[in-house]
Amino acid sequence: MKIAVCMKRVPATDTKVKPGAGRPWIDSTGVEYVLNPYDEFAIEEALRLKEARGGAGEVVVVCVGSADAQKELRTALAMGADRAILLEDAQAELRDAQEIAGALAAAVQELGSELVLLGKTGVDRDQSQTGQRVATRLGWGCAIECAKIAIDGSAIRAEREIEGGREVLELSLPAVLSCEKGLNEPRYAGLKGIMAAKKKPLETKAPQYAAAQVEVLSFEMPPERSGGRIVGSGVDAVAELVRLLQQEAKVL
Amino acid sequence: MSAILVYVETKDDQPKKASLEALGAASRLGGDVVALLYGRHARAAAAKLTGSGAAKALAVEDAQRTHFSPEAVVAALAAAAATLAPRAIFFAATSQGRDLAPRLAEKLGCAQASDCTELRSSGDGKVEARRPVLAGKAYTWIRAKNSTLVATLRPNVFAEAKSGGAPAVESMPAPAADLKSIVKEIVASASGKLDVSEAPVVVSGGRGLKEASNWKVLEDLAAAFGGRAALGASRAVVDAGWRPHAEQVGQTGKTVAPQLYFAVGISGAIQHLAGMRTAKTIVAINKDPEAPIFKVADYGIVGDALEVVPALTAAIKKAIG
Repeated sequence: MKIAVCMKRVPATDTKVKPGAGRPWIDSTGVEYVLNPYDEFAIEEALRLKEARGGAGEVVVVCVGSADAQKELRTALAMGADRAILLEDAQAELRDAQEIAGALAAAVQELGSELVLLGKTGVDRDQSQTGQRVATRLGWGCAIECAKIAIDGSAIRAEREIEGGREVLELSLPAVLSCEKGLNEPRYAGLKGIMAAKKKPLETKAPQYAAAQVEVLSFEMPPERSGGRIVGSGVDAVAELVRLLQQEAKVL
Repeated sequence: MSAILVYVETKDDQPKKASLEALGAASRLGGDVVALLYGRHARAAAAKLTGSGAAKALAVEDAQRTHFSPEAVVAALAAAAATLAPRAIFFAATSQGRDLAPRLAEKLGCAQASDCTELRSSGDGKVEARRPVLAGKAYTWIRAKNSTLVATLRPNVFAEAKSGGAPAVESMPAPAADLKSIVKEIVASASGKLDVSEAPVVVSGGRGLKEASNWKVLEDLAAAFGGRAALGASRAVVDAGWRPHAEQVGQTGKTVAPQLYFAVGISGAIQHLAGMRTAKTIVAINKDPEAPIFKVADYGIVGDALEVVPALTAAIKKAIG
C-alpha cells in the first residue's frame, strides 16, 4: 500500500507571537518552527501500517511549505518515511486550507496512493479543514480525529472521541484519515534514522493550488485579560471568593 | 439580503444547545434564518425550535437510513444551499460540525471560518467572522470573496435567541448520496457527563494535585454544580496518564469558553492559557503566588489545592443550595 502523509511546518506551540509587518499573519523573525504535532501521529501510524504488512508498500510525506520545510520533511524521513515531496511556495504560510487541499489532492492523485493520513488540525491556523476537503475533492471516504484505526483488506474501522462518548465509523479505501493525539506514541528519530534520512529522496515541485475564496481582513492580538486579583491565601479566602463569584462575577 | 442556513444537530428529538446558539447568532445578523435538521426525529426536533430565531425549518426525515452518514447530511445541506443561495451556512463547532462543514465548503467551493467567536455583517451584507488562530494567541477577521461563507461557531460563546415565534416546518426528502462512511455505533462514555468543550462550568486540574487519586476533590467540586460542570486537565497530567486526553484543555487539547473556569494546581503554560482564555470568569488556585495562571485569572487563591478545594466545594454547595 502506498500511503501519503500530508504534513505541515508550524510555529512551535510555546511561541510568543506578534503581528508581522505588512501581512495578516505572525512576524516569523526568531520563531522556532516544528513539524505539526498532530502530523507526527499520522507519520507514526503510516509507518506502523507499513510494518504490519511486512514492510511492503511505501510511505510518502507531502508538504506544502517554503524551502525551509525541508527540515520538517527530513524529520519525517528520519522517523522512517521512504521519500518526501515538497510543494514549494515561499508564501505557503499565508495559504488557506482551500488552496492547500487542492494542491495536496493533486499531489496524492499523481502519487497514485489510496490512503492519506494527516493530523486532525494544524496548530497554526487551527482550521481543521484540510483532510475533509482533500477527501471531498478526491471523492474518497473520510474519518476525522481518529483515536484508533484498523484496516483489514480495504475495510477501515476508525474510532474517535465525540461529546460524551466514542464514535465508530466504517469506510473503505481509498480514504483520508485525520489523526488525533492518543492514536499512537510517535517514535523519536534515532541517529541511524537521521543519517539515513540524508540519503532519502526529497523532490520539490510547484503546488497546484485550488482558488481561494477567503479574504483575510485583519490579524489582531487578543486583549490582555485584566485579571490578576489575588483574593487571599488558603481556606480563609474561600468565603470571599464565593461572595465575589456570586455578587461581582454573577456566575453562581 | 439572502438567508443564513444553519445545520441543527439533534439528540433524539431535541435540538442541541450549541446549534440553538448558532441559530441565535444567525438571527442577530439579520435576514431569514433557515434551520436544517436531519434524522429520524427531524420533524419532532424542528417543532421544538419556537423562539430559536429560525423562520423556517427543513426537516429531512430519513427512515431508510438507520445509521448516520456524513455524506448524507452534506448532500441534504448542499441541496438546500442550491435552492436558498444563502450568504452563510453555520454549524456548531462540535465533533459533527467539524466533520461536516469542510466537506460542504469544499463541495460548494466555499471559504470556511472554523471555530468563530464573533460575527458581524458588512455594509454589503457579507458575513464576516472573527476566529482565533494559534490556539487563541491571535485572531483574524475573515470573509468570503464571492462565495457563501461556511462557518463553525464555538459552543458557549453565542447567546440563544430565546424570542420570536415558531418556524414554518417543511419536510424535505433526503437526496441521493454516495455514502462512503457510516457511523456504526456510538458508545456513550460510562459517566454520561458533559464534555469539557460544552460545559458551562469547567473544573481543571494539573500537577499541583500531586497524584491521580486526588482527583476526587475536583470531582466533588464539579458535582456541586449539579451536572453543569465538566472536568478538564492540563497537558502535564494527561501525558503522565492521570487523566484521559479527552479532558485536555490547551493547544494540543480542547479550547473551551465556559462561564466559569477553575484552574486548580495548574501553573498556566502558554499552551494551556491559549485553550481557556476566552472563559468568562477564571478562578485559579495554586500554591505558587508567581504562577502565570494568576495573571489571567479574575480571582486567585494562593494555597494548597487539597485544602482549599474541599472548603470551596462546601461553600459553593451552600451558596447555590
